[in-house]
Amino acid sequence: MEKGKKACTLLLGALRLMSMAATLSATIVTITSRERVIVFNFPMDAKYHYTPSLKFFAIANGIGSVYSLVVLFIPATKLRRLVVAFDVVITMLLTASASAALAVGHVARKGDSHAGWIPICGQVPKFCDHVMAALILGFCGVFIYMFLLLHAIHTFIKPILL
Amino acid sequence: MAVENGGSLENGSGKKPKAKSSEEMLLIVLRLLALGATFSATLVMALNKETKTVVVPLGGSNSISATLSAKFQHTPAFVFFVIANSIASLHNLSLLLLRLFGKKFEDIKGLGLLITISDMVMVALVSGGAAAAASMAELGKNGNSHARWNKICDKFDAYCDRGGGALIASFAGVGLLMVLNGLSTVNLYKNPATR
Repeated sequence: MEKGKKACTLLLGALRLMSMAATLSATIVTITSRERVIVFNFPMDAKYHYTPSLKFFAIANGIGSVYSLVVLFIPATKLRRLVVAFDVVITMLLTASASAALAVGHVARKGDSHAGWIPICGQVPKFCDHVMAALILGFCGVFIYMFLLLHAIHTFIKPILL
Repeated sequence: MAVENGGSLENGSGKKPKAKSSEEMLLIVLRLLALGATFSATLVMALNKETKTVVVPLGGSNSISATLSAKFQHTPAFVFFVIANSIASLHNLSLLLLRLFGKKFEDIKGLGLLITISDMVMVALVSGGAAAAASMAELGKNGNSHARWNKICDKFDAYCDRGGGALIASFAGVGLLMVLNGLSTVNLYKNPATR
């Protein structure tokens, strides 16, 4: 029984490290995305901070990775129950940021014919792929966070495993 | 009746008072407000439409008129917003009815936990929808000069204003849902029968 519990704790620590890795790499990949192209003799560059949604995405994932690191070191005392509340807030923040970045990314790739917005992915393909990779990492982070949240509720509030 | 209620020393601490306590009233009012917020966000965004006719003179007495319209269906983020808020308002409505008229369901084992988890899921869903819609609204209001995306809010004033109103209602709904989530978690501790 003790061995099973220890394996479970190790697995969860590994998952928490993975969530930290996913959110941290999403932040880093977003921040390092930039591309400069020449279109009709005009230099055009694409950086992540030209779009507020991508800025929000980078900041939220940064907060998520720092939070993951901090939670790794909190022991399973009564304080851990309060941390579940923070878990909910941070998961929600990550979900919202991924959602917002995806909305802007969709417009960048497909354009919006009704508003007259041309898709820019044809002109800056490497930037687009870079941001797509960051979004995939962000969504992986969201899924791992959701799983960890459910597990935290199961362990520290009430067992919900059927 | 007063003697029976006052003599709770014999009955133990599990006896509920007959009248609605102030905490229950608070929960009902908050749930009603959250329902109002999410429902109005859904309605306002779903009925958001504006049509403008642009007349272009072609020289002489000819002119062509083009009709431009802004509808919420044109933007996938707004569609997601409407769907998420409608799911949340359905959730709020069913929980409100449960709290008002579902006295016999109160002691089902595990119901309190189910409600808490469901509330958390709703918070995440509505905040995702609101964030996506807010990013598209920001793009429509300010444009993006680097991508040569022009702002559309100067041409479609009413559309933008109504969309902004729906967004405010949705964000208020998220805040209320968060407060309700916290309160129902606290309730989970107080009412051990539904844990």
